[in-house]
Amino acid sequence: MHPAISVVFFTTATGAGYGLLALLGVLGGLGYVEPGFWFGLVSMALALGLIVAGLLSSTGHLGRPERAWRAFSQWRSSWLSREGVASVATFIPAALFGIGWAVLGRSGGWVAVAGLLAAAGGAATVGATGMIYASLKPIAQWHSRYTLPAYLVFAAMTGAVLLNALLQGFGRGSTSVLACAGLATLAGWGWKLATWRHNDRLELPTSTNAATGLAGGTVRSIEWPHTEENYVLKEMGFRIARKHSARLRRITNFLAFAAPAVLLGIAFLLPWPVAAATASVLAALLQFAGMLVERWLFFAEAKHTVTLYYGR
Amino acid sequence: MTCLPAHTEKKLGLVIDLDTCVGCQACVTACKEWNTGGHMAPLTDIDPYGGHVDGVWFNRVHTYEHMTEMGGRTVNFPRSCLHCEQPACVTVCPTGASYKRASDGIVLVDEDKCIGCKLCSWACPYGAREFDTDVGVMKKCTLCVDRIYNDNLAEEDRVPACVAACPTSARHFGDLGDPASAISQLVEARGGVELMPELGYKPTNRYLPPRARTERAARVDAPALEPIRAEGGFLGWIDRMLSN
Repeated sequence: MHPAISVVFFTTATGAGYGLLALLGVLGGLGYVEPGFWFGLVSMALALGLIVAGLLSSTGHLGRPERAWRAFSQWRSSWLSREGVASVATFIPAALFGIGWAVLGRSGGWVAVAGLLAAAGGAATVGATGMIYASLKPIAQWHSRYTLPAYLVFAAMTGAVLLNALLQGFGRGSTSVLACAGLATLAGWGWKLATWRHNDRLELPTSTNAATGLAGGTVRSIEWPHTEENYVLKEMGFRIARKHSARLRRITNFLAFAAPAVLLGIAFLLPWPVAAATASVLAALLQFAGMLVERWLFFAEAKHTVTLYYGR
Repeated sequence: MTCLPAHTEKKLGLVIDLDTCVGCQACVTACKEWNTGGHMAPLTDIDPYGGHVDGVWFNRVHTYEHMTEMGGRTVNFPRSCLHCEQPACVTVCPTGASYKRASDGIVLVDEDKCIGCKLCSWACPYGAREFDTDVGVMKKCTLCVDRIYNDNLAEEDRVPACVAACPTSARHFGDLGDPASAISQLVEARGGVELMPELGYKPTNRYLPPRARTERAARVDAPALEPIRAEGGFLGWIDRMLSN
């Protein structure tokens, strides 16, 4: 599948943004993390900024972005529509929580309710994003039990690493948040490795025989209907990543998981707050870059059944 | 509305005979010609005379070599929308632009509602939908909905353009939901098949597999050519002279 940069950035940024929002909503709303004016403002701005930037980026993928509002109408059948509805609905509790927690400096009561609702909305939005891909039967790498948990796990992971970086950066490091960020990174890494192992043994869910209705024997494409690449091949027959997938997987392993895990480990062990803060912020930046590569590979390595018609 | 109708009154569709299709591309050009002025018009062509030709087509004819223990054979394979009973391209649509008609089962796109998110083309295992980069919306086969009900056309012309154009009658149009229809009986008689049935899209269109080989076919072996005998006489002398 063709990895559109707008969609790669969209899913990565909103994943991290909703992950951070959900953690702030739960931990802040229940009073485990005190806002403080600047910390509250910066962390909410980062969470909502990532979400808004991601959502705006997603419209870059559209042929007619001015009609994007229509995408809120088909929530009864379409996961993409549900994602849109959930993302916009989440802004209401998120805004209330932001006002209550970051601006008024309160927790508990209605602020806790708004925080928990924002967390639930974030989880629902990320879940709907995952289901967009998990529900597509022609793409075996996506139509798998690994896809939905991956989106949720990666959102929690990037959100936790961001929250830790913010806390450390403001000199309010919490060893339990730091430990959670490290464990979430390891959990995300394990899930990605298991997904790759599963995908490497996958076969297409059908065959060229079934695609052409020609039973028995072998069916070999000897002539295409067109001499140049058409939309179907450009969008669904993308092949560049398969050539470089081993190297790109190593880059993902390093940037998204190994380096952040090591940096968070260092931050955990170092007694100096400035060093711990530097390591934590670096971990968040490297992980975000790594997740962009991971998401690019998620698209580029996915193989669509229509490639059968072209003998690819 | 992108929820599917529980039941369609008719199941209009195509039956394509892989035995008689000669891969002449007449259906392809007839489709383009009709539809570039029809319901989904225009079917744009990008850089039509340049080095990077691109554009929207609803119908594409592939060619395959089918090798079995009976030997090999060339099969021409027209690929277009199958107007599925369970079209995921419709249910994934976030805007309601894609829909399946309850009256006849035709799957259509409302171009005025399409936002060009391309998700429907990902959801189609058959590659039937093509994105129009010129207009920014998704396009697909309409089963020539603007021909088959068109009172301005003679009755025999009220069939999809591809069917009307086919010189070998490899394409048939009709109601596959009616077991008594000629097209359903053709499918029955020839053992017509669904494409990729295991994916559960329940395509309406059927493909008729090539007929089994037969020994009854007429022998058309020509007698071997014999060498020309040199003639005698004056003409023979000229022939020998000129041959030297």
